Amino acid sequence: MPGGVPMSWYLILSAILFGLGVAGFIYRRNIITVFMSIELMLNAVNLTFITFSYQLKQVDGHIFSFFVMVVAAAEAAVGLAIILTVFKNRETLMIDEVSSMKY
Amino acid sequence: MNLWLIPVLPFVGFLINGLFGRRMPKSMINVFAIGSVALAFIWVVKTLLGLGDLETKYIEHYFTWIQSGPLQINVDFAIDRLTAVMLMVVTGVGTLIHIYAIGYMEHEDGYYRFFSYLNLFMFFMLILVLAQNYLLLFVGWEGVGLCSYLLIGYYFTEQFATTAGNKAFIVNRIGDFGFSLAMFLIFRQFGSLDFSKVFDSAQSMPTETTVGLLTTICLLLLVGATGKSAQIPLFVWLPDAMAGPTPVSALIHAATMVTAGVYMTARSATLFMHAPIAMDTVAVIGLATAFFAATIGLAQTDIKKVFAYSTVSQLGYMFLGAGVGAFSAGIYHLMTHAFFKALLFLGAGAVIHGLHGEQDLRQMGGLFKHMRITAITLLCASFAIAGFPFTSGFFSKDAILVAAYARAPWMYWLGVLTAGMTAFYVFRAWFLAFTGKYRGHAHPHESPLVMTGPLMILAVLSLGGGFINIPHWLEPLFPEKPENEMLAWLSAGVGIVGILIAYLFYVVKPSLPESIANAAGGLYKLVYNKYFVDEIYDAAVVTPLLATSRVVLWKGVDAGVIDGTVNGVGHRSRGIGGILRLLQSGNIRSYAAWVVLGSVIVLLAIGFAGGQQ
Repeated sequence: MPGGVPMSWYLILSAILFGLGVAGFIYRRNIITVFMSIELMLNAVNLTFITFSYQLKQVDGHIFSFFVMVVAAAEAAVGLAIILTVFKNRETLMIDEVSSMKY
Repeated sequence: MNLWLIPVLPFVGFLINGLFGRRMPKSMINVFAIGSVALAFIWVVKTLLGLGDLETKYIEHYFTWIQSGPLQINVDFAIDRLTAVMLMVVTGVGTLIHIYAIGYMEHEDGYYRFFSYLNLFMFFMLILVLAQNYLLLFVGWEGVGLCSYLLIGYYFTEQFATTAGNKAFIVNRIGDFGFSLAMFLIFRQFGSLDFSKVFDSAQSMPTETTVGLLTTICLLLLVGATGKSAQIPLFVWLPDAMAGPTPVSALIHAATMVTAGVYMTARSATLFMHAPIAMDTVAVIGLATAFFAATIGLAQTDIKKVFAYSTVSQLGYMFLGAGVGAFSAGIYHLMTHAFFKALLFLGAGAVIHGLHGEQDLRQMGGLFKHMRITAITLLCASFAIAGFPFTSGFFSKDAILVAAYARAPWMYWLGVLTAGMTAFYVFRAWFLAFTGKYRGHAHPHESPLVMTGPLMILAVLSLGGGFINIPHWLEPLFPEKPENEMLAWLSAGVGIVGILIAYLFYVVKPSLPESIANAAGGLYKLVYNKYFVDEIYDAAVVTPLLATSRVVLWKGVDAGVIDGTVNGVGHRSRGIGGILRLLQSGNIRSYAAWVVLGSVIVLLAIGFAGGQQ
């Protein structure tokens, strides 16, 4: 399409989103925020898949992105269940305080 | 002809007595023990009568024991004239000693164990004698060594008995090592261990003038023989073996096992005849042992030790005979020695039994009137061993000495001197035990008929056994040596002189030995302590070996290297684990950081590797 948004912008956006996700995953202390960062990373990857799929005129990327969404949803469900259990037992959402598996 | 019955009968006796003897009454144990050996003897006689002349060897093949590549070992038994002599001696004297042992071991614990071991010994000895190849002979060889160990250590609750048993077995083993090496060389050279094959091949080989292969084989066989037949340097186990019961000393360490070395040498005569250097070595070692052991026997105070050193000395004579080429004379002496030495030991046993365990000659004396039969039979044996004219010992010893003269006159003179010493020490023992006044504290009594019966039979054999002309019988196997009347009478004369000197020392003037011992001083001490041979061996061989074992092998290799390696692996694992566990910090953020780091590395790796194609 003439004058459309260039492909590279989508990829750069995706990379920035992924980087933000990683930063949040490492540096945030609240477990819910960490989960949100994980979701961010997953969606960044989704964007990349769709971009390449559009560029190469193949449907594989779309299909894969469906899978990623499904997995993200399932993982969120399970993860939130675990967080709830941990909160019930440890009364805290700060991941630094859940460190009883230390050697 | 069923030759296999001859060894198997005593083996059956061993099994029955060994497995069930604990619960059997003594009479039943006796039946099986004596019966099996007596039946073996009867079977031997029957077989020999049936075989007649035995000009050629009679062989029975049983089965192939080992078949591995070029090596084939069969279990074959054979009888030729040499085997016939050995069979008669082993089973005949063996039966007499078994009968004697009924009386001697009457009050001992483990009665059934004694007889089962004795039967096992007969089994192995008969295998040794009947075997037709070196490996089967070695089976018997090792087996009799085992039984010797078991029987010497029969009183296993006593430290000295178990130590003596160990010593006998270990020293024997050293000899067996030489024998094994000889067998390896024989196989390598001749491709077989079978007697017929080896000797036929050896016949066509040239006589060696330098130390070649045949000489090496024969010297190694000699090492084996010195171990089993107690020659220098491996004789040290025999005097200690007197710790066993006296019937054991008589059977194993006088009549049969110790003669295995002589038999093996005679059997390998073909090999030796082609290696003159080895023959000379045999003769010199035999003569040196004969002389050396006789000097030690002069000063011993334990009656069994006197006879033990006498056995070592007489075995030296047999080797001397073999070494100068008079193999038949050596075997002749083997037979007569079996008679009179077994009698000497059994008689000594009767004396010890009658004195309730006393073995020291200094505590005996004047026993003639208490034990007439024992005294008279022992006197017959003493005359025989001293080579008194027309006794069995006279004929056999002189056959050897005359042959020695033909080889080298100095051997004859040294042998004659030893004969004189032999006569001296054996009559010394007789006079000290049976004449004079009784110096002990027990109540001596004569032994029962079951013990004196064999003594009497052996006395008849000791006196008359010389008239069985063995050298003539063995003529087809070993060429006969020329006779020399004068030399024979000369050595008999020296023997009589020895008897008279002993008479002088111990009957006429009992104070004389004391004063001579004091005058000789250091020399006497040296001889009395058997030249400190045991102490020398202990210092030179045993202690360094034990020290090496303890320090180098145990502490160094086993505890240090092997344990160190195994434990070290464990320690390293713990060390590495100790480092790796630091990853488990429990801190979720550090886990997250590791995940990110890992994924970055993987991406970079894929990128450098060219990406997904």
